[in-house]
Amino acid sequence: MNKKIIFALLPLVIFAALLLLLYINMGKHSEQLPSPLIGKPIPVFQLPTLYSQRTLSNEDFKGQVWLLNVFGSWCPSCRIEHPVLTQFAQSTDIPVIGLNWKDEFDDANRWLKQFGNPYDEILVDLDGDVAIDMGVYGAPENFIIDADGIIRYKLVGVLTTEIIKTEIIPLIEKLRL
Amino acid sequence: MLAAIGQFNLIIALMLSLLLAIIPMVGYARNNTALMHTGRPLAYALFLAVLSSFLILITLFIQQDFSVTYVWQHSSLELPLRYRITATWGAHEGSILMWITIQALWIAAVARFSGALNLNQLSRVLSILGLISVGFIAFILFTSNPFERTFPAPLDGRDLNPLLQDFGMIVHPPLLYFGYVGLSVAFALSVAALIGGKIDEHWIRWSKKWTNMAWAFLTMGIILGSWWAYYELGWGGWWFWDPVENASFLPWLAGTALIHVQAVSERKNAFRGWTVLLAITAFSLSVLGTFLVRSGSITSVHSFAADPTRGLFILGLLALFAGGALILFALRADKLRSTEAVNFNSKETLLLANSLIFIVATFTVLLGTIFPMIFEAIGQKISVGAPYFGLMFFLIMIPMALLLPLAGQVHWQKDVFTVACRSLWPYASLSIIMTALVWWSVDHINVRGIVCILGAFWVFTATTGHFLKNKKTAGFIGMTIAHWGVAFFLFGMAMVEHTDTEKDVLLKPGQNIHLNGYDFEFKGVQWVNKENYRAQQGQVLVSKNNQVITTLKPQKRHYPKQQNPMTEASIYPGFTKDIYVSLGEQINNQGAWAVRIYIKPFIRWMWFGGILMLLGAVVGLFSARIKRLEQRQINQMMKEELNLL
Repeated sequence: MNKKIIFALLPLVIFAALLLLLYINMGKHSEQLPSPLIGKPIPVFQLPTLYSQRTLSNEDFKGQVWLLNVFGSWCPSCRIEHPVLTQFAQSTDIPVIGLNWKDEFDDANRWLKQFGNPYDEILVDLDGDVAIDMGVYGAPENFIIDADGIIRYKLVGVLTTEIIKTEIIPLIEKLRL
Repeated sequence: MLAAIGQFNLIIALMLSLLLAIIPMVGYARNNTALMHTGRPLAYALFLAVLSSFLILITLFIQQDFSVTYVWQHSSLELPLRYRITATWGAHEGSILMWITIQALWIAAVARFSGALNLNQLSRVLSILGLISVGFIAFILFTSNPFERTFPAPLDGRDLNPLLQDFGMIVHPPLLYFGYVGLSVAFALSVAALIGGKIDEHWIRWSKKWTNMAWAFLTMGIILGSWWAYYELGWGGWWFWDPVENASFLPWLAGTALIHVQAVSERKNAFRGWTVLLAITAFSLSVLGTFLVRSGSITSVHSFAADPTRGLFILGLLALFAGGALILFALRADKLRSTEAVNFNSKETLLLANSLIFIVATFTVLLGTIFPMIFEAIGQKISVGAPYFGLMFFLIMIPMALLLPLAGQVHWQKDVFTVACRSLWPYASLSIIMTALVWWSVDHINVRGIVCILGAFWVFTATTGHFLKNKKTAGFIGMTIAHWGVAFFLFGMAMVEHTDTEKDVLLKPGQNIHLNGYDFEFKGVQWVNKENYRAQQGQVLVSKNNQVITTLKPQKRHYPKQQNPMTEASIYPGFTKDIYVSLGEQINNQGAWAVRIYIKPFIRWMWFGGILMLLGAVVGLFSARIKRLEQRQINQMMKEELNLL
């Protein structure tokens, strides 16, 4: 008898849990509820760069507004985002920094060779530790960090020309004042 | 004007689907034949209303009516006619309208081809399907109206995403939707049966046909999606475990489990509850897939239009459909108790094992897809990528490939496993020898690849041997073809995953490169003008032993409304390998380019395998045994009606 009840109720319980999860998560990702990291300092990091053979830390970027773009050659959406980011990087004078997330050098290099390299500098996060500190959910993600090293903006997902025009450029203007 | 009519038709359709959801069900509850007879005409009327609305949207695209927001956003004056038509379902609003149209088509088809069901049963099924339609039509009217207007009308549109200006994208979404929506028929049957409190083999036999058909469409849709990603996204991958791809794969996996369990439950009174549960799961996963794509919960290549309100609405629909069905299931599960015992040593056990393997696979993929969400909900971060899926899937599919030939060999009811295993020995030895040959002749293949290839040979030889020895009915032929498909798929996947060659080279015009026995001569890049874009077109002469095989022309396409170029690969398809060339970027002013050359062995075998699977499902529809049983059922119903008179 017990077995029967389990068979009857188990699917319902699993489904209810799933539904709850989806509901909670949807709130998290809607634009009304910003990421908890916004307004907080960018996590401390020290990472090698992809090409220039330097090691950069969060301190190195202080004193300027900059954009951090999390990408990987394995990420289909980054491919979609790439032209928009390239155009933005060409038109802006703030540094556009890439965070190459969980990517082998050969793959990242090939990807950048094929589609072009829009970044002023690329940080390599092979293990994904820094991405975890940053609360990265999935590539691509974009952060805007101000001159004091405070995260001012986070976008989960693909950058569009519309978002750049209506959100990113006004924000950069504001942060510079 | 036309747009207003389109919208009006949708409102009519909402009314009709409401009536369809209520009247036949009330008729069933009150045992009122007149009310129950309204089901069929309502279903046909619903189809006409939705279809006309869909045709109107297509017409708006053809006429370039930019006063309609949706048309303005996804079309432009330069867009060629064929892409203007397909732009109709190129984005969210239109694709939901297409979903509804296909749903209405399935409902009309159910109303038309339901001879084997009696009026009681048919009314319940149609009402459930009507209820599903109500949900989706309300969704489109309240959150995603494709007929919304812009004033004043812009002079030109924003153009269709160039990635979608392609044949693969024209046919991929409709087929996928046919599959998704088709599963709603099996779902509706299960729910209707739960309401009636009784599920017999007629039900299951009847729903099996529809499941097979839906599954075939889903298979085709997934193959086309994979094929499109392969040549259009420009870096030669064919499956990315992207959340949205997973979303289409989940119902397919659950559907596969369902088809195999139906084979048991249509024959004897066993696993009935399990069949019902799988049917509910399969369709719920289709709706979940839509949610994942549209809610913005997960970022992916497909989420062109994500919106939290829409997400919430679909989540509500999911809660209503799947939640309702599962509550009903919990209440009625004890009535579905199996009356016939199942022997452990029988085909039945192995088919049950199949469904368990596929359900485990379903939940593995589901967990991988939503795992980041679970962790996020408790405040931690994690990412799950292709390596997880690849390994887990590999492990789960080993028992599948191992047991498949045995399930073919073992008889229904009662058999002895050891005898069946003994008769499989020749095939096992043969496949080991063949695998050894492959290992010996192909360089750099790893253990995982070899295991897949062994699985492919094992499934192929045993299926073929079994086929040759037995009486060939349509059902049996269909099954054999589908299982051959499994073998072809495994082989192609193992080869392409583990033995492909990728090379990035810098080439000046006139320069040569040698790769895997082929010579590639780069002839330089020229500008060409095409229909609605200009392109830098490279020329690469491919030859083998000084014999020219083909000239490949990869392009960098420049669309007027897009800032950056699109990479269009050029592919020389072949039976045993594809040669794939795409342009990187221009390196200097002397015409040197970064060029990417791939050799993808046996990649087509994978898709061919998928096509065999779907053919198998289609051939299975012509089963004479099922027809005979159905005819008997119809005759019996006629007799009963005559007796009543």
